[in-house]
Amino acid sequence: MKQIVEKCKKYQFLFEELVKRDFKEKYKRSILGMGWSILSPLLTLLVMKLIFTKFFGKDMPHYTTYLFSGNLVLAYYKESTKNGMSSLVNNAKIFTKINVPKYMFLLSKNVSALVNFGLTLVVYFLFCALDGIHFGFRMLLLIYPIVGLLMMNIGIGLILSALFVFFRDIRYLYEVFLTLITYVSAVFYSVDKFSKTGQRMFLFNPVYVFIKYFRCIVIDGKIPSLEYHALCAFYALIFLIIGGFVYKKLNHQFLYYL
Amino acid sequence: MSVIECNNVGIRYITGDFKAIGLKEYVIRKLKHDYHVKEFWADKDVTFKLEKGDMLGIIGSNGAGKSTLLKAITGIMIPTYGTLETNGTIAALLELGSGFDGDMTVRENTYLRGALLGYTRAFLDSKYDEIIHFAELDEFQDYEFKQLSSGMKSRLAFSIACLVNPNIIILDEVLSVGDGSFRKKSGDKMKEILDSGVTGLLVSHTISQVRELCNKVLWLDHGKQIAFTNEVELYCDAYEEFLMTKKLPKDRLQIEKLAADYIKREEEDPNLRRSY
Repeated sequence: MKQIVEKCKKYQFLFEELVKRDFKEKYKRSILGMGWSILSPLLTLLVMKLIFTKFFGKDMPHYTTYLFSGNLVLAYYKESTKNGMSSLVNNAKIFTKINVPKYMFLLSKNVSALVNFGLTLVVYFLFCALDGIHFGFRMLLLIYPIVGLLMMNIGIGLILSALFVFFRDIRYLYEVFLTLITYVSAVFYSVDKFSKTGQRMFLFNPVYVFIKYFRCIVIDGKIPSLEYHALCAFYALIFLIIGGFVYKKLNHQFLYYL
Repeated sequence: MSVIECNNVGIRYITGDFKAIGLKEYVIRKLKHDYHVKEFWADKDVTFKLEKGDMLGIIGSNGAGKSTLLKAITGIMIPTYGTLETNGTIAALLELGSGFDGDMTVRENTYLRGALLGYTRAFLDSKYDEIIHFAELDEFQDYEFKQLSSGMKSRLAFSIACLVNPNIIILDEVLSVGDGSFRKKSGDKMKEILDSGVTGLLVSHTISQVRELCNKVLWLDHGKQIAFTNEVELYCDAYEEFLMTKKLPKDRLQIEKLAADYIKREEEDPNLRRSY
């Protein structure tokens, strides 16, 4: 434990500098800067609202919030894992010359995705208020799925970034995968039309699990069951553990491939 | 306690099919049993030991495994077998110009590089002006890094890397950088560091540099250790003769023979040493 604290102290400065660099890289190149990261999910929301209200939103209360919840979580997941994937390869020039812990590059990418998510979250609450959602202390519970998501995203980022070093076509395969995830995450439709077993199948999709947690708290105003919390924790931990394991195992092989 | 102890170290690279074939291709080749991985030993059975204040010159033709060995010492790579122990902070000057971010300013890059090298923020804050001044980039602090000339870039890299007082310094062909005046300045700075009792490793193709600076020599050839010795002059003579005749010495007798041949050659042609 003491070792970990010391290590954190040692690398804190590096971490801050990397985060700064990623931010500059991200926002310097667009005129809209941070505004864009709010505008882009809003545009998605607008289009979805215009199109899908007719098909799915007629008899669903708070359909805007329903859509936004899905988009919010999904967009965070996508951004975080996609940026995470290239974090090792993009910094190869550095860590093949200087001895630094490579996971730093992934963590700093995750921070910028998290900040982006935070910005969108503020807008999300704004929309909730407009949509007539009642606010209460239960909203504080949203920290639970957010931490869970963060852990899962880091874990998946570890796995993907390692794989991306070895197989450069992962990028395209993952794009396909992301499209699939979008359709099976019930972003714009409700799972109620499926059978009981069908609805259960959705729980195999960790992104959906986190989306559902959000909707449960925000729209239904209910606190999910303990089992449901356990499921979130399971997904967060399993990916983080697998990611850590993969990273540890392949850490010293990256150099051969870059 | 030795500063660096390298015990029977071997480093293997993996080469072969895998590079850039992609996951789909990989799976298909695996299924067809058509997937091949080749091994390549960059270093084999390398053993040496350095005490405080030692300066080791690593010599050998291209592909001898010099840079790989340096990477292992900095901890970027780990040896496939054998043990490698280092005691103290390491400053490694490997291929200086790379790893900077072209879109960031000189100031931002200085901080980022410093952080990568393991400096603290307080240390950098106190040294920043000195770094910029030494690199002669006072007027360029807010320029984007990509706008600098390549000479300026390596000047900055050199200045950042050399401002610490490391216990171990690793130099890969970077003894002096920049144009005439900076070359002298960086050379002086280097000497100052080397005189401070630091332990050093130097890879150089300029043998006169090795003769001048080093008290020990490690000779590698295709990953194999030909010699680790403190008879610098004798082995440098032999090495220079080897460079011309390409005959690898097998034992002590042949080393002496090579060295003698070189001295004879040098007597016949006094310009020889300068030409290297």
